[in-house]
Amino acid sequence: MNVGEIQTFEHDVLVIGAGGAGLRAAIECSARGLNTGVISKSLLGKAHTVMAEGGMAASLGNVDRRDNWKIHFRDTMRGGKFLNQWRMAELHAKQAPERVRELEEWGAVFDRTPDGLISQRNFGGHRYPRLAHVGDRTGLELIRTLQDHGVHQGIHFHMECTALRLLLDSGRIAGVAGYWRDTGRFVLFRTPSVIMATGGGGKAWNVTSNSWEYTGDGAALAYEAGAELMDLEFTQFHPTGMVWPPSVRGTLVTEGVRGDGGILLNNKGERFMFNYIPKRFASETADTILEADKWPDDPSARRPPELLTRDVVARAIRAEVQAGRGSPHGGAFLDIASRRPADAIRRKLPSMYHQFKELAEVDITTTPMEVGPTLHYFMGGIRVDADSQQTNVPGLFACGECAAGLHGANRLGGNSLSDLIVFGRLAGIGVAAYLSEQGTTPRADDEQITAAFREATSILNRESGENPYLMHEAIQEVMSSNVGIVRTGEELQTAVEQLEALKARAKNLKAPGTSQYNPGWHEALSVKSLLVVGEAVARAAYIREESRGAHTRLDFEGERDECARFNVVTKKGPSGEMQVAKVERPDPPKELAAIANATLDDLEGGKVG
Amino acid sequence: MSPRKFKIWRGDSRGGEFNAYDADVDEGMVVLDVLHRIQALQANDLAIRWNCKAGKCGSCSMEINGRPRLACMTRMNSFGPEEVITVQPLKAFPIIKDLTCDVSWNYEQNKRIAPFRPKPRGRDGEHRMYQEDVDRVQEFRKCIECFLCQDVCHVVRDRDRKDAFVGPRFMIRLASLEMHPLDDDDRVPEIKKEYGSGMCNITRCCTETCPEHINITDNGIIPLKERVVDRYYDPLARLARLFAGRKVRTKTRSEEQSE
Repeated sequence: MNVGEIQTFEHDVLVIGAGGAGLRAAIECSARGLNTGVISKSLLGKAHTVMAEGGMAASLGNVDRRDNWKIHFRDTMRGGKFLNQWRMAELHAKQAPERVRELEEWGAVFDRTPDGLISQRNFGGHRYPRLAHVGDRTGLELIRTLQDHGVHQGIHFHMECTALRLLLDSGRIAGVAGYWRDTGRFVLFRTPSVIMATGGGGKAWNVTSNSWEYTGDGAALAYEAGAELMDLEFTQFHPTGMVWPPSVRGTLVTEGVRGDGGILLNNKGERFMFNYIPKRFASETADTILEADKWPDDPSARRPPELLTRDVVARAIRAEVQAGRGSPHGGAFLDIASRRPADAIRRKLPSMYHQFKELAEVDITTTPMEVGPTLHYFMGGIRVDADSQQTNVPGLFACGECAAGLHGANRLGGNSLSDLIVFGRLAGIGVAAYLSEQGTTPRADDEQITAAFREATSILNRESGENPYLMHEAIQEVMSSNVGIVRTGEELQTAVEQLEALKARAKNLKAPGTSQYNPGWHEALSVKSLLVVGEAVARAAYIREESRGAHTRLDFEGERDECARFNVVTKKGPSGEMQVAKVERPDPPKELAAIANATLDDLEGGKVG
Repeated sequence: MSPRKFKIWRGDSRGGEFNAYDADVDEGMVVLDVLHRIQALQANDLAIRWNCKAGKCGSCSMEINGRPRLACMTRMNSFGPEEVITVQPLKAFPIIKDLTCDVSWNYEQNKRIAPFRPKPRGRDGEHRMYQEDVDRVQEFRKCIECFLCQDVCHVVRDRDRKDAFVGPRFMIRLASLEMHPLDDDDRVPEIKKEYGSGMCNITRCCTETCPEHINITDNGIIPLKERVVDRYYDPLARLARLFAGRKVRTKTRSEEQSE
């Protein structure tokens, strides 16, 4: 193979992924004068961001003037069980409002308050109505706004293009080897910097709200290039996915249903969430139906327990089902029909109405939905510096879901879309700063490039071998059975052993047909990423011997103070083995610790910080 | 589980044919589920585009029994028990392979449209817009870019006048800009002369096919046509402008530049 004959693009920065984080990063890079390329596995505007429903969290204070960045910061830290990177949570809470206003400047049309400002809705774990939203299709609004703005910024978009390998020059980023999905031809990007914005790896589970793209490519590519991963044991199960019919099991039902007044019931008609209020949130959560029903109209009423954080609600639904109090198809009932008028439901939750009507033949304005936990989000990912989003690999940056740190042990709903725009921008600034300090241009040697292409081609050239689709299903089976919403050390070890066995089999994958638009081949190439993230999650979960946030160990109940002092960091060892270590957390800055531990009265009165 | 018969178009830009497949169908399945099952077990290299499988991304557009549909929102129980299900790619665009086609023309049209240009913020630093003023724009912004409307548009599909008309999708995009309360650009000359509003003869096929139920023709295209008529063909409006001493653009930006 002659590298000189391969189609080659040269950029100052290549962004991998065109969801919210990737587009925002690319816009920032381009604004800073960088020759910016973006590659995306799908067509522009189709990335997983499009499925985000509820909204983006920012303490604009449009609906409740008492809100401010400190309360948003405190909510985020408490939701993340204090395992978040303090500085990231601070930057996020401080910068989110400006980023939301910027979207409006670029054409986004959020729902409005009666006095014409951006409206904000209630969501789990957020003290005040904080989520800027457009009905229940906020993700579409975000991605379309960034897309329509981005296409006029001189960015080079390379659609339906997949990265195979990061190329290095003496440990520095020097390029990316990839292929076009439609033609199957290989392509080479020579670039001194890369921003990973590839999202999570939920497709390693079989019940997930994630689309096919979520195969953990960013984390896996970065890992192979020597980057550290962090917090992978924290995989969020969203409490409310569809459970029926089977073909849509896992499809997301927005938390906005509960934010707008929906309640959870078991098959006895009981509002069971009152039985699952954790101590940490007891003083701020309603403990009677009477009080919960007064909220939000009566400002003295505390929030209903349905709006506890996602980890708590997901475990509660699971426990109800296990106790025999589940809905007919193994979930809980989510009832908005008896709480809000039909036209209000259709207006605020149009795509939920549509989704249930079309896919489940259920009218949510008259009938409760059946919902259950679904793998939704990776809190963990590539370890980055809070301010610049740079990894330990020079020239490699990461932002959005594929980066770790903001959300700690559990993400609050609405903090994901704001994460994308805050840290997408910071990654762009980080790259510009990095490039301004670089002297020589790194250059990848031919050997790395041809090795990447040879590995990919071998899947097509093999006479016979494993079916890539069935291999993917086997990985999902391992993860769903052994690395689920509750875990034990024994199961996690089983998962690692079974993944090892699958890794060996995966060396013999075979995709029939040619390289032209061949989904079997694409599937085979993503198996490698799925195996890396699957193993990393299982190993990280094994060494965190406690239950915290989204990580629940039946053999280690409850949070343990000593476990709050470390994050789990994963990297590739010198002989190719996966190394997992506990890395001590530095003490937080005093002023941030004071805010996170303050009472609400203090923060609302402005006494702290 | 019951067996169903499928006919799926297989081939590429050089040609192809319908292949027959038998597939087991479970309760609640949509066409996309069955295509995935066929792909996993019988035709590993069957090319399909899809993403969200919940009707939110507009990737899995194809023609199912002759009708442009999203495969993820087409339930198997919407067909008769013995009905053969025929699946083929969108007709209005060049085929890449099997059920995928090259929709890049659409992305080129989007790029031609002058971007949103906001008014300055108010004195309090805020943009104020009221819900009743943004309802219409929000309807247009529900568009998931599935391009089914482009596929059924007679101008785009049957007459292949992609050179003269941007198609319903981008008329809606233009409408969402022109009716945006904060936008202060004027795109009317371009809507007439470059994007081809006159090409649409209001058959409403686009509106009927829209999976988001956007009222493309009545709420989007017709109001844009009316703006063009007011600007170019209404003698009273012209007279009124003359008396008021008000000038409006009648030339496109490229016409202005070439002078």
